[in-house]
Amino acid sequence: MPDKTITIRATRYDPEKDEKPRLQSYDVPFYDESMVVLDALNHIKSHVDGSLSYRWSCRMGICGSCGMMVNGMPKLTCNAFLRDYWPRPIVVEPLNNFPVIRDLVIDMDDFMHKLKSIKPWIIRKQEIPLGAREHRQTNEQIDDFRQFSECINCMLCYAACPVYGLNSEFLGPAATALARRYNLDSRDQGLKERLPVIGGAEGIWECSFVGECSVVCPKGVDPAKAIQQTKLDTTMRFVLPYGNRD
Amino acid sequence: MDFESYDVLVVGGGLAGLRAAIAAVEANPRVKVGMVSKVYPMRSHTVSAEGGAAAVMSADDSYDTHAFDTIKGSDYLADQDVVEAFTREAPVEIIQMEHWGCPWSRNPDGTIAVRPFGGMTTWRTCFAADKTGFHMLHTVFQTSLKYPQITRHDEAFVTKLLVEDSRCVGVVALDIRTGRFDAITARSVILATGGLGRVYAFTTNGNICTGDGMALAYRAGVGLKDMEMVQFHPTGLPFTGILITEAVRGEGGYLLNSEGERFLKRYVPNKMELGPRDIISRAMVTEFEEGRGFEGPHGKYMHLDVRHLGEKVIDRKLPFMRELGREFVGIDIVTDPIPVRPVQHYMMGGVDADISGETPILGLYAAGECANVGLNGGNRLGSNSLSECLVFGAAAGRAAAHYASSAKPVTANPVDAMLWDEARRVEAEYLEKKGGVERIGPIREEMQLEMDAGAGVFRTKESLSRLARNLGGLRERFEKVKVDDSSRTFNTEITAALELDFMLEVASSITFSALAREESRGAHARRDFPERNDAKFLKHTLAFHTNTLAPRLEYRDVKITTLKPQARTY
Repeated sequence: MPDKTITIRATRYDPEKDEKPRLQSYDVPFYDESMVVLDALNHIKSHVDGSLSYRWSCRMGICGSCGMMVNGMPKLTCNAFLRDYWPRPIVVEPLNNFPVIRDLVIDMDDFMHKLKSIKPWIIRKQEIPLGAREHRQTNEQIDDFRQFSECINCMLCYAACPVYGLNSEFLGPAATALARRYNLDSRDQGLKERLPVIGGAEGIWECSFVGECSVVCPKGVDPAKAIQQTKLDTTMRFVLPYGNRD
Repeated sequence: MDFESYDVLVVGGGLAGLRAAIAAVEANPRVKVGMVSKVYPMRSHTVSAEGGAAAVMSADDSYDTHAFDTIKGSDYLADQDVVEAFTREAPVEIIQMEHWGCPWSRNPDGTIAVRPFGGMTTWRTCFAADKTGFHMLHTVFQTSLKYPQITRHDEAFVTKLLVEDSRCVGVVALDIRTGRFDAITARSVILATGGLGRVYAFTTNGNICTGDGMALAYRAGVGLKDMEMVQFHPTGLPFTGILITEAVRGEGGYLLNSEGERFLKRYVPNKMELGPRDIISRAMVTEFEEGRGFEGPHGKYMHLDVRHLGEKVIDRKLPFMRELGREFVGIDIVTDPIPVRPVQHYMMGGVDADISGETPILGLYAAGECANVGLNGGNRLGSNSLSECLVFGAAAGRAAAHYASSAKPVTANPVDAMLWDEARRVEAEYLEKKGGVERIGPIREEMQLEMDAGAGVFRTKESLSRLARNLGGLRERFEKVKVDDSSRTFNTEITAALELDFMLEVASSITFSALAREESRGAHARRDFPERNDAKFLKHTLAFHTNTLAPRLEYRDVKITTLKPQARTY
């Protein structure tokens, strides 16, 4: 019996040579039920065509490098099992809504700027000295922001977001979730500094609450919830003081 | 070709590199810091660390005990002055991380909680559930964004250190996106490039862990210290090598052989599952050899059993382990035992650096896993490495900033020539080479399998000699490598070739260092020399690059302050 194979159709695009992206087919040996799409790409690169370009590192769903469109869905390819697709071919494309640098590699500069713009660090009116030891914070207080701190910056939510697809100025799901992560942290007092960015014209108000971001998140983060909560916060700010931290 | 100049240039954007960058700026706010990394910082392999970061946090713990545990864990190959300084600085760094927003798991009173860990006599491992590295990395990366003095060069691959008159004055980097070679000059350079796990086939390490910084320093003439000391973690998932954290045992998980027996009673009876990694990995391999392992499609394995902990504890303390089990193995660790076997995990060896991260080359520093500052000796204790990245990253950042403020500026002239030479070398060896016949992938795969076979948990003169010969053959094949990809744009085949070149370098330094250490100490277990030999080998190995595969080896005494080597039993 011939060994089992699976067909991978991967986007090829080299801006130095190609006018537009095209799909190239590769037949890859599917020899182990534990194999994932990333393993198939690695087989192609190692043994068939060394010029296929894509990002990856940890292959355990935590570094956030290997997000791609897999049969039209944004996925971490380290966690997309071949057995779930076989015997049909798998189409692997770069994440939607981003400029493509090469093959399966997207340009995520825009997110890096957005991340910085929301000031993703603890802001305090007065820092306590190191000698004063830690801020007291209970596990329950961490639970308030925990899920938003689990974002691995994999960009799947941006690839799924119809608003970001139309308007790349939109702050988008992950950056809003991370702003929320700091705003909800009992140690932080930076809400006011972040509001102009997250409440501004291209901030949260652009969200049409489709919720696709939360559906595709591989880490159980709910950016749609972050956006809705932030909308509420931004409105309520004018009538209510924010907690006791402001 | 561009020309950027900094006071301090950090190579690597993981925990040690980011900590170093911030420390440099905080030591002197006028310092201009560059950071060059082959990946975006949040992709760095720190992200995969799970269990925690060790520090003396409570009144009933002491620096002396942490030092004793670390030194005993190292099989007395750690430099004791370095360990002592480390134990004092670690709690300060944990608090600093807390102030920067790290979501440390807490005690009911809101203070930072600790958990037990292997080889530690008391509870001193701070943790953020079981994603400690992830949270620390994102915390320190996001915090680094507030410092305008730090400029990042993301996705740039350093191919060479610029060394002029025995002083490091920067690097040559390939901008991956454009294919352009840049000289990034600096009055001081800090290597923080992480480990080299990818020289092995079965490893917890990500694809980026290719020993780049070690190879860069090695080629620049710095010794690589104790490269034979490679850590094998007892609990990796078969096939993928995904790490199952030691915290699983810290929280009370059992290791069981195929007879359902907690076999560690025969090896580390007083510590059981909380024995040190080197001894537990050897115990597992011994049990496999004696026929008491489970047989699976991906080789022999043991069971790691947490079912008795209950769902609530698992979800609070080990949620990522449940996620990994569910997603990558198809099991629920609440109801199923986890299949595990020893897996390459960490490199104790590395760039010869002192307590401040200084290397023998003026202006060149190293920190984190790529460095060997003398903390871990023959075997690192679990949860000491995240703390090491903080303590010695910060130390290197401060030292580099201090040095840079008095160092002479870098002159463009010789740098231009060095940049040109290096760009030509890479282009000639890979992009423009005619007549290459060998693919990168198969050479890399063979190297990895050879390393598993020859320099694994147990070694012998024969296994290492065979490995040395085969690495020589692979190096010859690598000279005939062909690169399919002629594009300048995001050419990951060129970076794979550069990485393989580096990996072959560090692999041979491991092999020859291991061959020469004719004793068993820490993670270096020689079947033909099963005893520790303090009379001859209470010394650091230093491997220096030569024009042949084999390095020139030197030895240096271990720094002993108070603890005389004793038999290492647990």
